[in-house]
Amino acid sequence: MLKFIIRRVLLMIPVLLGVTIVTFIIVRSIPGDPVQVLLGADRRTNPEQIENIRQAYGLDQSLPVQYFKWLGHVLSGDLGTSLRTKRPLTQELGLRLPVTIELTLLAGLIAAIPGLTFGVTAAIKRNSGVDYATTIATLAGVSVPNFFLATLLVLLFSFWLKWLPPVGFRPFTDDPIQNLKTMIMPAMALGLPLSAVLMRFTRSSVLEVMGQEHVRTARAKGIPQRQVLFRHVLPNAGIPILTIVGLQVASLLGGTVIIEQIFGLPGVGRYVYEAIANRDYPVVQSVTLVLAFLFVMVSLVVDILYAVIDPRLRHAT
Amino acid sequence: MADVSPTVESRSPFLARERAQRVSKRLGLWSVLLHQRLALTGIAIVGFFLLVAIVGPIFAPYGATEQFSGQQLRGPSPEFRFGTDEFGRDVLTRLIHGARISFQVGVIAVGISAMIGIVLGLLAGYFGGWVDNVITLFMDVLFAFPTILLAIAIMTALGNSITNVMIAIGLVNAPSFMRVVRGSVLTVRRTDYVESAVVVGASPQVIMRRHIFPNITAPLIVHGSLNFAFAVLAEASLAFLGLGNRPPAPSWGSMVSSSYSVLQLAPWAAIFPGVAIALTVLGFNLLGDGLRDALDPKLRH
Repeated sequence: MLKFIIRRVLLMIPVLLGVTIVTFIIVRSIPGDPVQVLLGADRRTNPEQIENIRQAYGLDQSLPVQYFKWLGHVLSGDLGTSLRTKRPLTQELGLRLPVTIELTLLAGLIAAIPGLTFGVTAAIKRNSGVDYATTIATLAGVSVPNFFLATLLVLLFSFWLKWLPPVGFRPFTDDPIQNLKTMIMPAMALGLPLSAVLMRFTRSSVLEVMGQEHVRTARAKGIPQRQVLFRHVLPNAGIPILTIVGLQVASLLGGTVIIEQIFGLPGVGRYVYEAIANRDYPVVQSVTLVLAFLFVMVSLVVDILYAVIDPRLRHAT
Repeated sequence: MADVSPTVESRSPFLARERAQRVSKRLGLWSVLLHQRLALTGIAIVGFFLLVAIVGPIFAPYGATEQFSGQQLRGPSPEFRFGTDEFGRDVLTRLIHGARISFQVGVIAVGISAMIGIVLGLLAGYFGGWVDNVITLFMDVLFAFPTILLAIAIMTALGNSITNVMIAIGLVNAPSFMRVVRGSVLTVRRTDYVESAVVVGASPQVIMRRHIFPNITAPLIVHGSLNFAFAVLAEASLAFLGLGNRPPAPSWGSMVSSSYSVLQLAPWAAIFPGVAIALTVLGFNLLGDGLRDALDPKLRH
């Protein structure tokens, strides 16, 4: 088991290194000078001043030198400093990451509860009204873009019913009620399409397990339906479902750009988006790495859980 | 997105599979598709929007950027079927022109992903070993990025234009193609006819082109259709953020975002393009699932 975990962790390293290299290449090929952006439209600054700033941020060195310097800092826990706000990134992330994580978790909750319950119900009551309703909900869920869903939610809850504010973020620690009021619509816009994916996936996993011999045997022995479901079907169907929940929720972390933009949430997605526009190199590099790291970590945890539940996988490649 | 396979099955998946196989032997691909109500719906939707994209602009009532002063934010009426937007432009006309953009981006983006994915997937699946490891690692790296952020970053690096939207979406989506191709190649690689070709001394190039590729087209077509749905969604999302076509060019995504500010006054200006995106994506998803059932019933699980 330990060997499996160690191998999996070692496999993460080249992926994360690859992420840093790709990010570095993309960010550095963005046309435009960060120093110009930094100084704004103020053209009066003399070349000497620009050169000073360039030196201060190490932008005058060759690209490989800049890359390895940055990598060295990251490895020692220093994510760098934003060119624009001049604040350390660890501090900036400390403010923004909680917003995105709260959003992701809320969305995950909104996705998982109906996704799992209706998915299981649809599988048990096949070809019933619930089953068909689930199919239709799934189709709608995978087809409606999240920004359009967000638009519809704002229209319904903010303009017609006047229950929720369309924008205006409050930190959870300031005012929990107000915070939830501003987070619920973004979380729904992200979570509802996901619940459709989960519903569909849960349904097919449960159905697959229900067709297996051990379940048929359990039924034949006369074990009550409920017990068959909870003791024999769900534990087996749960493994693939767990994977999907984990990976989908992890992919939400970076997928929040548009939703954060619409609802004016000061999260990580919007932060990177703005940093790309401003050519704020350190921000884009480090934050993308943090997001990729979180994603890879979640898939690692999922893989390990998988191996804990299903011993067969420990020996597979 | 590729994990999702919304279809209505008949009472037993086995029966459905058998029936599909029987029918497909007897009547061919088309009739299997026609036998499935959902796939049929998909074909109808895709066909409709494709027609709109190709010939629609000829029949559009007004010009795509034509502004009617004093007619801003009008509700649907006989004059403006789907109402007008904040600049007094006809929403229906812009929708029709937007269809063309969505399909252009879809075709080219899927083409780019498919080309990269097929070449890399064939190489990785056929040669295995370090070739496979390097290619898979590269694709895993691309997978680790948040999709939309990667697309935005590529767009920013390449410059803001509709061509670059196609390239960005194509690149971002290539890994999923590569995975599908690689997986299929691994299965085909072990078959007797490929082994015999190797023994006979055929070159890898010939084996890949003549013996392997023809046998992996089924999953490719399915994935292509599902991917088209993704490309349309991605284009709309980027357009929503203001990447791609510059206003006043009509893209469905930018139509939703530009009318977002006047949502309360003119909800139709955001709702119609939103519905158009959702329907097109739905159509391709249904078509993809239908094709999956028709081409290779085994793929369903």
